[in-house]
Amino acid sequence: MQWQGFLRKDDKLGIRNRVLVIYTVECSAFVAREITRLSASLDVECIGFAGCTDNEYAVRLLISLIRHPNIGGVLVVGLGCEYIQPEWLANIAAEAGKENAWLFIQQEGGTAATIKRGTVLVKDMLAELQQTRRASMQLADLVIGAECGGSDYTSGLAGNVVVGRFFDNLVEAGGTAIFEEIVEAIGLLNLLKERALNPEVEAKLVYTYQKALAYCKSVRQYSVSPGNFAGGLSTIEEKSMGAFIKSGTKAIKGVLKVAEKPPEAGLWLLDSTPDPHWMQFGITNPNDSEGLIDLISAGCHLVFLVTGRGSVVGSAVAPCLKITGNSDTYQKLIDDMDFNAGKVLTGECTLAESAAELSKMVAAVAAGSLTKSEELGHKEYFIPYKYQEKTLTLPPKCKL
Amino acid sequence: MKQQVAFQIDQNDNVATALMELTAASVKLRGDAKQKYILASENIPQGHKIALKDIKSGQQIIKYGIVIGQATQDIKQGQWVHLHCMASLYDERSSQLDVKTGVPQDIKYE
Repeated sequence: MQWQGFLRKDDKLGIRNRVLVIYTVECSAFVAREITRLSASLDVECIGFAGCTDNEYAVRLLISLIRHPNIGGVLVVGLGCEYIQPEWLANIAAEAGKENAWLFIQQEGGTAATIKRGTVLVKDMLAELQQTRRASMQLADLVIGAECGGSDYTSGLAGNVVVGRFFDNLVEAGGTAIFEEIVEAIGLLNLLKERALNPEVEAKLVYTYQKALAYCKSVRQYSVSPGNFAGGLSTIEEKSMGAFIKSGTKAIKGVLKVAEKPPEAGLWLLDSTPDPHWMQFGITNPNDSEGLIDLISAGCHLVFLVTGRGSVVGSAVAPCLKITGNSDTYQKLIDDMDFNAGKVLTGECTLAESAAELSKMVAAVAAGSLTKSEELGHKEYFIPYKYQEKTLTLPPKCKL
Repeated sequence: MKQQVAFQIDQNDNVATALMELTAASVKLRGDAKQKYILASENIPQGHKIALKDIKSGQQIIKYGIVIGQATQDIKQGQWVHLHCMASLYDERSSQLDVKTGVPQDIKYE
């Protein structure tokens, strides 16, 4: 399976060629959204950070999206007094060889003037992006992320099981797979340890697990919700196992932080849980959209959202492919669901056949066909205030 | 009557997952099951768990071949296994939720 990707300055390949309109504070969000709406193109998306005061985590996340291979151009819209500097972000886009521009609403002369100027800038960028060089791409070039939302009993029996098998195939083909939700590994410490590539990775997995457990204890909230219980899951341990299955069976190569790229191909765990800090823990995993944008910040070209009960969200920057293990949900939400892994449960196909079918769909989406959420115009994202270290460094042994 | 089916993931599991709503009658076991059939002794909602053997209070509940919690009361073979008779080893809050809807009952929001 081969298709044409979009070649970037760093030789990375993208599967979309999009313009990102970024607001740097809530005060410029309306103007950025209007520019996006009036551009009336599927290839123009809006994203941003709402806070006025500084947050390194959020800025790193925005930078990672600017550098993302699916992005060809960036327009940064600021109000004029916030911490995050639009010009600085536009320069990062320039260094990455992308179309770029920035605006301060206070300088442009208000809402109407900024929207007018912004839509012209975006239109010019879209025209320039027609010239983006194309290059052949295959499964080995892909970085794919997976998380689950709205889990029910089918997630652990079919949806995540099929993703796990697909991830095994992807890793064998030389590609990169990223799974997250360490808070949904509670109860599985021994399994995590067994999957570590080497003792150093094992220590990182144990450290990350213990941090997630301490986090859950301190906020008195485990990653399990009323709908999960109503759907038949009785405990976080049961949900954890259903979720962890999506990682497949390959060795885990390491732990990534949000906005950190995997240094090489293979299977990686993304830790999106806040690190302990003077502000204490924030709320992690506020919703599925946050998890998806975290995966995309690690460079995922495409993300899977595995659901049992159903979900309708999509994602900005990288297409979201929604998979359900529940055939009833697939039929009921047919306009939103991309893939029915439930056929494994009804006996209509084997696990291997379902994973192969998913591979074909991934290649088609990578080649340009739209996912259901893209067709419907879903472009969700969620970037909260959070504290996280840039990369995982283990504390000295005596402290472990 | 349509054949009732439940799915046993690992042969060491002491619960199986109902693939449809079960009534008190014979249930065919799919998956990695030692026994072919089990008798359900009560109604069990789709996606919920049925006990494959008698489980004493305090004993582990095994699914996927791993411990997913422990029994908080004696459970008989064929019974429904959920929040009313088992609990997480980690999460104390979930045992307080409504057994049918999962809705929180421990916080008065107003």
